[in-house]
Amino acid sequence: MDFTFTPEQEALREQAREFLSANPEPSWQQLAELGWTGVSVAEEDGGVGLGFVEEAVLLEELGRALYKGPYLSTVGLLLPALPSELQAEVAAGETSWTLAFGPLVPDLDTADRVAIVAGDGIYELEGAEREVLETTDETRPLGVVRGGEPGRRLADAEALDVLRPRSLAALAIEACGVARRALEYAIEHAASREQFGRRIGVYQAVSHPLADAYTRLELARSLSLWAAWCVAEADEQAPVAAAAAKSFAGEAAVQVCETAIQVHGGIGFTWEHVLHRLYKRALWIESFAASGSSLRAEVAAYVLEGKKAPGPSPEPVLTQGG
Amino acid sequence: MRATLANAARANALRSEAMDLRDTPDEAAFRAELRTWIEDNLPEELQGHRGGAARFEGEEMRAWSRALYDAGYSGLTWPKEYGGGGAPYTHQAIFLEEMARAEAPPHVGVIGLGMAGPTIIAHGTEEQKSRYLAPILSAEEIWCQGFSEPGAGSDLAGVRTSARLEDGHFVVDGQKVWSSFAHLADHCILLTRSDPESSRHAGLTYLIVDMKAPGVEVRPLTQITGEAEFNEIFFSGVRVPAENLLGDVGGGWQVAMTTLLHERGTLGFALQAALEVQVRKLAALARDRGADPLQRDRIAREWIEMQAVRFTNYRSLSQLVKTGMPGPEGSISKLVWSEANQRVTKLALELLGPDAALWDGSAPYGGYWQYQQLRSRGNTIEAGTSEVLRNIVAERVLGLPKSR
Repeated sequence: MDFTFTPEQEALREQAREFLSANPEPSWQQLAELGWTGVSVAEEDGGVGLGFVEEAVLLEELGRALYKGPYLSTVGLLLPALPSELQAEVAAGETSWTLAFGPLVPDLDTADRVAIVAGDGIYELEGAEREVLETTDETRPLGVVRGGEPGRRLADAEALDVLRPRSLAALAIEACGVARRALEYAIEHAASREQFGRRIGVYQAVSHPLADAYTRLELARSLSLWAAWCVAEADEQAPVAAAAAKSFAGEAAVQVCETAIQVHGGIGFTWEHVLHRLYKRALWIESFAASGSSLRAEVAAYVLEGKKAPGPSPEPVLTQGG
Repeated sequence: MRATLANAARANALRSEAMDLRDTPDEAAFRAELRTWIEDNLPEELQGHRGGAARFEGEEMRAWSRALYDAGYSGLTWPKEYGGGGAPYTHQAIFLEEMARAEAPPHVGVIGLGMAGPTIIAHGTEEQKSRYLAPILSAEEIWCQGFSEPGAGSDLAGVRTSARLEDGHFVVDGQKVWSSFAHLADHCILLTRSDPESSRHAGLTYLIVDMKAPGVEVRPLTQITGEAEFNEIFFSGVRVPAENLLGDVGGGWQVAMTTLLHERGTLGFALQAALEVQVRKLAALARDRGADPLQRDRIAREWIEMQAVRFTNYRSLSQLVKTGMPGPEGSISKLVWSEANQRVTKLALELLGPDAALWDGSAPYGGYWQYQQLRSRGNTIEAGTSEVLRNIVAERVLGLPKSR
């Protein structure tokens, strides 16, 4: 048993962090040049031939940097369901995708192409109109698609058994990145801000909620990495691990951001401070795909009745011919 | 960066050190052998006991501990030269997991194996090592810990029990509390103040005290469960030979820190394994007596949190195996476990409905949950209160300014 990252994975994290801090709004092409869009794409298709653990490292850093773009949609939601020549296009940075998992579709403003679940398969949606809606989290818009019809068949609907745990694990680890950044801000503030003649971090009314925030985050991270490993290895526990991770990490990220806002006092409540953006992303993640409580209903069925937890099928956006 | 990814791909292809949550072949073999051994050797009457120190009093517990020793499962990670197994920490983790899964009671030498032994290995003289270590492993001698005092709980540096050096002996006077196993113990690891002029961390001296020596009196403390799991110890002019000094005179604080490091370090896996059993029993209870949707939500929450503690321990352990230092995330496992165990046991009482008010033989399942729930209130106090543990996380992990 070895639950640590390899030195190469640690180096990847460090470089990703440095790159994103120097380039807070990277283009899709830039990510492709770094190899990020093809991490799990086979080498013969122009990818790197790695797996979901490395993608998880990147998703965590992208969450921490509040990256705006179709990485989660393309890599987290859809990638393994694409035929290999389309995966090659993703690796090359030629296209990005999003998946209409439910009626509200993420990244419709930036993703080049849209996939839908229709009947027994996953198809490319062609000829549809897109409307991008206003969202609380401005860094990750949701939208709706109208009209259009299923075009090229991308995969059988069974692919959803792979996509669902993958997307939940991706959301969970992204949530950890968001929470990590919020906690860093809060610690920085508590260690420097003075009131009543002392740095506020000395007061246990401040330091203990921060200790709890750290605790929730580390627990969330352990679950998310467990889920990521299960997804990477196609382990049979992937569905329940991913449900557990998304349930816990989504809620934990919201809590950690709330603690961070409280510890900052008034400045944490302003538009000017970055905290509200992290908070809104955390809220977005918690609400997307399935909330913590609905995932716990699946976990309960697994624990109490031994039900495998593939979860409810996504609501079809279009039915065949409709 | 593409180069970094390519390097990662090459390293991954070798699979030499990639993340892997499965047992290695060596770990799997150890686990399988151990599981069979427990099945073949654990007497039925010792299985699934509800806990408490009273269970250590019977001769069958010594026999069980002796059997563990004979099979080579005592002191797995201790160096071979002191009779240990010289095994990696992963084996110790597997041992604790399998013991908990089989609901097997632990070796009777909890304090000796987890605290006194490692402290003697780190700070003891060769004479002390050859005198004390082997009987700990074989369960011939039981140890207790004399750290806390009425005036020194979380603030251990307030210790007042005195040790005066007088013709080749330390003469010890004072009182210790919350000492588990003291009523059974042969020896005590005792933290004393040897310099009456000193204060706080200076002037403390760490001694090994014979619990059968004249002037040692043990009085059981009955706790919330009605059992006496721990004790008060009174020392009146107890003469301790000078060679029973552990470390240096005045250097007791450093030695005590070794003990506490081991207390918290080895605890994580035992606690996590115990929580796994507790959640498994909670699920069985829910299947037995039914659970409404809100209760199902809370059961799922506890199952998820139990997995979170488990994988946090795995992360910390892997880091320890790789670098010799446990990861910082390990410092949260006792804190999280104690609060989880309190919630799980209380949820079990809720599932029991009005039967929750019954006790012992009158209660369903022999009163297992009632006992567990009351006992769990100690979890956030013993071995470092949750308040102290949160201070440790805030100051040592997060680097916040010290609160005192």
